[in-house]
Amino acid sequence: MSDSQVQAIAQVEQHEHAHPPYQRHHFETYAQQNDATNFAMWLFLLTEIMFFGGLFTAYLIYRNWYYPAFVVGSHQLDVFWGTLNTLVLICSSFTMAMGVWCAETRRRKGLVLSLSLTLLFGLAFLGIKTIEWGEKIEKHHVPGFHYSLQSFTDPASDPEVHKKYPDDKPLSLDMARHTEVYFSLYFAMTGMHALHMVIGVAILIFMIFRARAGDYTTGHVTFVENFGLYWHFVDIIWIYLFALLYLISRHP
Amino acid sequence: MNFLSKEKGLLSWLLTGDHKRIAILYLVSITFFFFIGGALAGLIRLELLTPQSDLMATDTYNKVFTMHGIIMIFFFLVPSVPATLGNFFIPMMIGAKDLALPKINLLSWYLYMAAGTLGLYTMMTGGVDTGWTFTTPLSTHYVNTNVLTTGIAVFIAGFSSIFTGLNFIVTIHKMRAPGMTWFRLPLFVWSNYAASILMVLGTPVLAIAIVLVALERTIGIGVFDPTKGGDPLLFQHLFWFYSHPAVYIMILPGMGVISETVSTFSRKRVFGYTAVAFSSVAIAVFGFFVWAHHMFIMGISNYSTLIFSLLTMLVAVPSAIKIFNWSFTLYKGSITFETPMMYTFGFMGLFTIGGLTGVFLGTSGTDIHLTETYFIVAHFHFVMVGGMLMAFLAGIHYWWPKMTGRMYPEKISQLAAVVTFIGFNFTFFPQFILGTLGMPRRYASYPPEFQILNVFSTAGATILGVGYLLPILYLTWSLKYGEIAGNNPWQATGLEWQTQSPPLTENFPEIPIMDHEAYDYEWLDGQKEKEVASVG
Amino acid sequence: MSENHPIDHQSPEQHEREHHIVSPKVYVVILLSLLLGTGLTVWASFWELGILNPIIALAIATAKMMLVVLFFMHVKYSTKLTKLTVCAGAFTFLILVGMTLADYFTRAWGSW
Repeated sequence: MSDSQVQAIAQVEQHEHAHPPYQRHHFETYAQQNDATNFAMWLFLLTEIMFFGGLFTAYLIYRNWYYPAFVVGSHQLDVFWGTLNTLVLICSSFTMAMGVWCAETRRRKGLVLSLSLTLLFGLAFLGIKTIEWGEKIEKHHVPGFHYSLQSFTDPASDPEVHKKYPDDKPLSLDMARHTEVYFSLYFAMTGMHALHMVIGVAILIFMIFRARAGDYTTGHVTFVENFGLYWHFVDIIWIYLFALLYLISRHP
Repeated sequence: MNFLSKEKGLLSWLLTGDHKRIAILYLVSITFFFFIGGALAGLIRLELLTPQSDLMATDTYNKVFTMHGIIMIFFFLVPSVPATLGNFFIPMMIGAKDLALPKINLLSWYLYMAAGTLGLYTMMTGGVDTGWTFTTPLSTHYVNTNVLTTGIAVFIAGFSSIFTGLNFIVTIHKMRAPGMTWFRLPLFVWSNYAASILMVLGTPVLAIAIVLVALERTIGIGVFDPTKGGDPLLFQHLFWFYSHPAVYIMILPGMGVISETVSTFSRKRVFGYTAVAFSSVAIAVFGFFVWAHHMFIMGISNYSTLIFSLLTMLVAVPSAIKIFNWSFTLYKGSITFETPMMYTFGFMGLFTIGGLTGVFLGTSGTDIHLTETYFIVAHFHFVMVGGMLMAFLAGIHYWWPKMTGRMYPEKISQLAAVVTFIGFNFTFFPQFILGTLGMPRRYASYPPEFQILNVFSTAGATILGVGYLLPILYLTWSLKYGEIAGNNPWQATGLEWQTQSPPLTENFPEIPIMDHEAYDYEWLDGQKEKEVASVG
Repeated sequence: MSENHPIDHQSPEQHEREHHIVSPKVYVVILLSLLLGTGLTVWASFWELGILNPIIALAIATAKMMLVVLFFMHVKYSTKLTKLTVCAGAFTFLILVGMTLADYFTRAWGSW
């Protein structure tokens, strides 16, 4: 710190405020720094809302245009895995919120536990996603990679799904082709979401190491708090993805 | 001791957190890209000297105008004022020591450089020829040029822009000095604030549009492909949802500069401060509601056309409000014609023409005839070059003494302003006529009866080139040989002028307390009297 | 707000607001509500309700989102600025979706 900077801080401080080591020098108070970084995180989340917004727009348009294809396409997704994943993410949001509470109340072990549980839930989500995507790959329902229309033009050829939805009529070739749009959006949206989950998981691992060292339980909770916002946001995206992709029309 | 001399060495620049150094880094980089974009413009004008496509193959011509657009928009205009003057002066104007997030600021510059490098690489390995608008399905299925790498470059540049905007919004909300209420802020801050909102909310939509084009090109998902049931128009909706607010991202900071210069060089507070402040925000908000006026002939519904046309009329109003207020600032002001003021006058005239022609284009009936012609080209060059670039030059000349501590030679800089103005009009006014006569844009060849106007335009471009080259020369010269500038050579209000030139790294020796209104020349005169009294 | 006053001064209410620590009890209630909501939305999707199906699904999703935003993300206990920011994001999102969809829906209406 230069002499003039020391002077600047000294002149501004009206009371004897300790200058915490984690307060950056261009901020006048620790509260200002917290305020600013929290606001910055929210603004970043706004960019994420708009980023996913483009995908949701595309989805809503094509669902409206090709409803039968979307219905039949969604029947290829297993409600069981989808619901389980939703429950997993909701629980992970809970453990993340608990993590923030532990950081705020200086519970180091509690924080490490909460973050570890959040990580576990996150990995479980990704594991389930892998299973689901694996099924799609097996059945050639990945756009651009030998996409197969057979399940849609001839439902009987797909006994697993046909049993659950016996009333699904075979689609005309034209409408069957449009299932590729459904799956394009399915992979784009769940893929983009999964990418955000992976980034979240990576940061969580980093945070667990720091939390164990006690970095977040000495009064400086901003990082945990702001990451929590990110994690909850990713959860919210999934809440909508689940409702839109999986639950189009499940009645037999 | 100032921010330039505080620490020396390359690393102290490349790892800096100082917003002023980052601003200088940006200034050098965007100037570099400006001249590349300008060279491409020169090639365009050279080709268009003759009706035949004889200077280069039409495919090459397509690449030239595409790269010209991409470089000028994403690598020059969007960052021009915010990343240079905004970065440098917003913290100073609000009385802060730095932006809220200095590391993010530096990251923003590195992202810009990465994007720019990728863009240059793309140019050297065959370029891209889809037009800067990447219209599908041309960009997804029918060209085999570097759409992907260009898309990635623009994506990265987008994040650079988002981080700058995010930083500004946080800074302006959370780091104002004591007494610096919202309505005491310089209007430059208001304009950059509005532009920052657009950057944060609009750019991500461009990002997803690029991602979808990339996915379609690589793995063949069909969201924009009619053969798979997709709609090419969806791309345009997503693209223009950003790219229309982008034009306001480009012009608003320029308007902020004009608010400052028009006040300083009329020695009068900006007329209708509140109106100008709110009109900046209004432009930002309304700017989100009009994007489909770029799509009138593309196949949107008649009802959409009607609504978007109507909203486009409305968005012109706040811009007009600004021109009115600046004009009334001049009225009964004590006007002087230093270089920044000359560029300011140029802006006011040329932006008005450009903006007015925008209203012609917003009227869907006339747009059907004028779209995709040179009328559009003229319109956007009037607002972007006659408007924004002039405002950028006004700002550079206005704040040069503060940033560098040196004055540039006044006569030659005034000459350059005049040369630029003349060159600009010769280049772009004929293009309005060409457009109404029916000359289409993005064509290397044209009917021979259009040649004379094209020759005029190219001649003008040569003059314009001289006008832009001169500042590079004399500004660089001034760094070593220019007269030493004092704290406040223009006798301007604003906190940045109340401290040394160049400023300290921490901007102010002690945090200022703001106890007067913006553009308060009486306060400034009071300060001078105090100085004289204390010396005498 | 603290921005107009000398730097260190904050109103007691704001100080209290910014340091408000949400109790785990609240989190548990929200967790249970979210789990319930998930069950509800899956159950509802198995009924044939025509146009109401997507409306109910989105309504429940939105309710769940509000709970996460208000309580897990602490927006209920945040400053006006944070609340305004969230609304600005939601608004712009709705403009994007709404005005784009408006084009697609009205194409079917044909000429005047």
